[in-house]
Amino acid sequence: METIKLIVFLPLLAAIVAGLGNRMLGNFAAKLVTTGALFISCALSWPIFISFLNGSAEAHVVPVLDFIRSGSLDVQWALRVDALTAVMLVVVTSVSSLVHLYSWGYMEEDPSQPRFFAYLSLFTFAMLMLVTADSLVQMFFGWEGVGLASYLLIGFWYHKPSANAAAIKAFVVNRVGDFGFSLGIFGVFLVFGTVSIPAILEAAPGYAGSTIGFLGYRVDTLTLLCILLFIGACGKSAQLGLHTWLPDAMEGPTPVSALIHAATMVTAGVFMVCRLSPLFEQSHTAMTVVTYVGAATALFAATVGTTQTDIKRVIAYSTCSQLGYMFFAAGVGAFGAAMFHLFTHAFFKALLFLGAGSVIHAMHHEQDMRYYGALRKQIPLTFYAMMAGTLAITGVGIAGVFGFAGFYSKDAIIEAAFASGTEAGGVAFAVAVFSALLTSFYSWRLIFLTFYGKPRWSGSEHIQHAAHDHGHGHDDHHHAHDDGTAGYHPHESPVTMLVPLALLAIGAIFSGWYFHEWFIGAETGGGFWKGSLAFNEHLMHAMHEVPIWVKYSATAVMLAGFGIAWMAYIRDTTIPARFTATFSGLYQFLLNKWYWDELYDLLFVRPSLWIGRQFWQRGDIGTIDRFGPHGAAELVQQGSKLAARFQSGYLYSYAFVMLLGLVGLATWMIVQ
Amino acid sequence: MSGFPILSLMILLPIAAAAICLFLSDQGARWVALATTALLFVLGILLWVNYEIGGPQWQFVENAPIFGRFAWALGIDGIALMLIMLSVFLMPICVLASWDAIEKRVPEYMAAFLMMESFMIGVFAAQDLFLFYIFFEAGLIPMYLIIGIWGGVERIKASYKFFLYTLLGSVLMLVAMMYMVATAGTTDIPTLMQFNFDPAVQNWLWLAFFASFAVKMPMWPVHTWLPDAHVQAPTAGSVILAGVLLKMGGYGFVRFSLPMFPDASATLVWVVFGLSMVAIVYTSLVALVQQDMKKLIAYSSVAHMGFVTIGLFTFNRQGIEGGLIVMLAHGLVSAALFLCVGVIYDRLHTREIDRYGGLSNNMPYYALFFMFFTMASVGLPGTANFVGEFLALVGAYNANSWVAAVATTGIILGAAYMLWLYRRVAFGESKNADAAAMPDLNAREWVMLAPIAAATLWMGIYPESFIAPMRADVGSLLARVADSTPASDAQLQMGKPKAAAHGEAH
Repeated sequence: METIKLIVFLPLLAAIVAGLGNRMLGNFAAKLVTTGALFISCALSWPIFISFLNGSAEAHVVPVLDFIRSGSLDVQWALRVDALTAVMLVVVTSVSSLVHLYSWGYMEEDPSQPRFFAYLSLFTFAMLMLVTADSLVQMFFGWEGVGLASYLLIGFWYHKPSANAAAIKAFVVNRVGDFGFSLGIFGVFLVFGTVSIPAILEAAPGYAGSTIGFLGYRVDTLTLLCILLFIGACGKSAQLGLHTWLPDAMEGPTPVSALIHAATMVTAGVFMVCRLSPLFEQSHTAMTVVTYVGAATALFAATVGTTQTDIKRVIAYSTCSQLGYMFFAAGVGAFGAAMFHLFTHAFFKALLFLGAGSVIHAMHHEQDMRYYGALRKQIPLTFYAMMAGTLAITGVGIAGVFGFAGFYSKDAIIEAAFASGTEAGGVAFAVAVFSALLTSFYSWRLIFLTFYGKPRWSGSEHIQHAAHDHGHGHDDHHHAHDDGTAGYHPHESPVTMLVPLALLAIGAIFSGWYFHEWFIGAETGGGFWKGSLAFNEHLMHAMHEVPIWVKYSATAVMLAGFGIAWMAYIRDTTIPARFTATFSGLYQFLLNKWYWDELYDLLFVRPSLWIGRQFWQRGDIGTIDRFGPHGAAELVQQGSKLAARFQSGYLYSYAFVMLLGLVGLATWMIVQ
Repeated sequence: MSGFPILSLMILLPIAAAAICLFLSDQGARWVALATTALLFVLGILLWVNYEIGGPQWQFVENAPIFGRFAWALGIDGIALMLIMLSVFLMPICVLASWDAIEKRVPEYMAAFLMMESFMIGVFAAQDLFLFYIFFEAGLIPMYLIIGIWGGVERIKASYKFFLYTLLGSVLMLVAMMYMVATAGTTDIPTLMQFNFDPAVQNWLWLAFFASFAVKMPMWPVHTWLPDAHVQAPTAGSVILAGVLLKMGGYGFVRFSLPMFPDASATLVWVVFGLSMVAIVYTSLVALVQQDMKKLIAYSSVAHMGFVTIGLFTFNRQGIEGGLIVMLAHGLVSAALFLCVGVIYDRLHTREIDRYGGLSNNMPYYALFFMFFTMASVGLPGTANFVGEFLALVGAYNANSWVAAVATTGIILGAAYMLWLYRRVAFGESKNADAAAMPDLNAREWVMLAPIAAATLWMGIYPESFIAPMRADVGSLLARVADSTPASDAQLQMGKPKAAAHGEAH
């Protein structure tokens, strides 16, 4: 079965063709090659997924090439296909091909389209290498590859200083995570003598209770390894502490945000924990850490999301928060639920981002929701798509009848946290319910600010520009408009952008309802996953036995969030201003994202530069050179006039000294 | 191939060509230098193709006594083979890089470069202790001249610093060598590699050699000559300095310090680890605040060499092979980065980072190459540096978790200073009109950069081609140091198997 090679390497080939061909090839050819390759990859991926759904496929590994062989370290380039990979294959190729198509319209006027499409395809290749990895080293290859693509795409508009800063931040913060991931891999090799994932997972139970020395401490071996690897996952998946790059990453073009910073790359950390779930299961401490970090992120990001005014940043914090859900699901042992939420989230979050992109496109690059309003009638198709996404993320549904995607996946996570019965699970449950309230609130806030109310477009500089340019052509439009529109007419996006929205909307509406039996069904899940992750049937059973108030808590807070948003943004729009005036401390704290950036700037960025300058000026120049070569020079200079001639720097005299030395040596040897 | 003195030919051919160059016109000297270096590259490929992996440890052996104990003894193992390949691969590129950039005294310049190639091959091929010493020291003379005559404004100060440091080291090494010969009664390097020196004396001998190799690497705190030398050297000088000359220190550790003084290496390993850890953190932070492109890359070289020294002294296979691969990878990538600096220096005649900016606009292919080598320098998987650094750090973790943890911070800082450099040069608006008017790469520059990029990818994706020739030699080195290997701090202790933490065990 070699189709997997085609699936993985076609995007790479397309990226090379489009990237090197660049301006010679032209926009159309570059777009056609990359998008075509992605649609082929996607078309080949779904049959693999379906064959796992109907149970006809078995896990297998396709070898490609030797990679690193050094003693007992033997790494292969190989493509692993099992149920877990199959899920990721369809997620990655489906969202990526739709994002490619969407970009035809969204990037229409950009001068460097071949470069953009080459980066997108390169990203897809790296992501596919990550999800098909059979060894930790190849996973790290994909891990860094997606990091590179993310860096290139965040900084795609390289003339913008803010985009450059965000790109570097994303790469460097991810490197902090990679620091942990790398040490984790080194440790895994030290302990297990291999970096092959199946071999590690098989050997892991044998190491339970063992201890190892690390930085002068003796620690539990598996806990140490899991936590080091988890630090890597935190970086890639923007968990609390290493999350600061994700909101800034919104500087990239919106299709990039949808593909990389919502649907695929940022979920790599969750994927990694699920892939290594049999290892993580061996360490109770590590699982507890994962649970708390996930829960803390879910809460933190949801609180910040309620105050942001940039439409993309709201969705970015929403992503961060949902990733927290996935992590604590994994932390309480519900790996199937974590993957299920990853799967559904990919569709509805990509939909929300692409929908936001469509809004931004219609509003002439204005991203501030304070200058939106009343767009429901202007761009109705985008509105319906965004509604589908919002219904999915807030988890609307009626048990036993039908629900949107999030209704199945998010509620499963909340129930699993309660059902796990651990202390961490209980905390996670409480946090998750509160965060769900916030999720519902900020999601509906976004919808109401954007699509309802009166137009507030005239406050936007982007709109004023557009209307002004427009006005030059049509003299009857240059009068002041007191209806808040500034004379601007938003237009619905072209069909290349609407088709991906429609297809993703189908995913957002039906993917939870259709697929939940395979992913989290207590009886059917084990048969689907077939050991590719640690599927916990007991927990899945226990989920169905939770008290009725737990079952309905998610729905209740969803309705409450909707109600609060409706009160504040439809019924009485003075409420937000009064609220922020009353609780201005809290509001500032949330608006400034808990001051993480300021803290890091103070703790790491400034000191690094200061220390660097000190080392250079006082260390190298002030100490080493002063007492070293320069000191020696002065000594010699004062010592004798002959030596002063050396100081003149006449080079041949140095060569002459060398020669003298050699002659002396030769003489010595002859005498011997 | 057996019997044909290919190594002698590779050493003598450039000397002959250098002599011819001196009598030619500028253009004639350029072509003779290019043809000679290209021919040597072909000879290098022949060497590689005919090298028998798994064959005898020393191949292409030649031995002709000259006088006393002094012999023209040559021969290579896999490690030397790889370093010779690196040298002959970079030399034609250096000639091309100097094609238009060097305008004064071209014949002498080309002659100096050809002499240097001869000496570099000699260093890696010598099997006689004093022959090695002669090549090792003689190789510096052309470098002094290249920096001192064709260098920048402060070239005299830089070459003086270079001279002072290296002289200090080599004097101590020479004394140690004399003692060794007197004790062991031979100058034959393979024999000395198996000779057991008195452990008490080993420490002194080790330190004497260390003085020389640490300067060459360079290790902290004897690294301050490197930034000055790079800044003042012409582009091709920097390429050879970073690409090959720095590797002589690492080669010295593998060829002399470890096999000849295994006990001292184990006793003094903390010196190497300590200085390397300081080097990685210290020079990375210094690189972060540099305004001069070449200085920044020079400081990054010191940090990368920290990975080499850590790897070589881990006393395990992954570490040593990793250290060797970092040497080769850094030889390619730092050489390419200096070439990248040279490309824009030739156009604008400044190395100041702030004078550039927005080069992606007018030099897209240049920006692509520069991005590639920047990413290679930060150790992105798929490039050569990753393989080396990964193996070196795997080895380091096996030896000591502190070393691994501190050294791994280098991957964070490395990303910071390299991306910050790239951003200021290639991204942003085109703020300087003269920088914005610079043309993209010409054909000559493509020919310089593309082969290095290809080699970097090759080594990054299929490093087996490069590890395989060295495998047996690392094996014999490991066997030699096996008895002295220090204990690891990991000390894995198995516990009683307990029930799985959650639910069912998989």
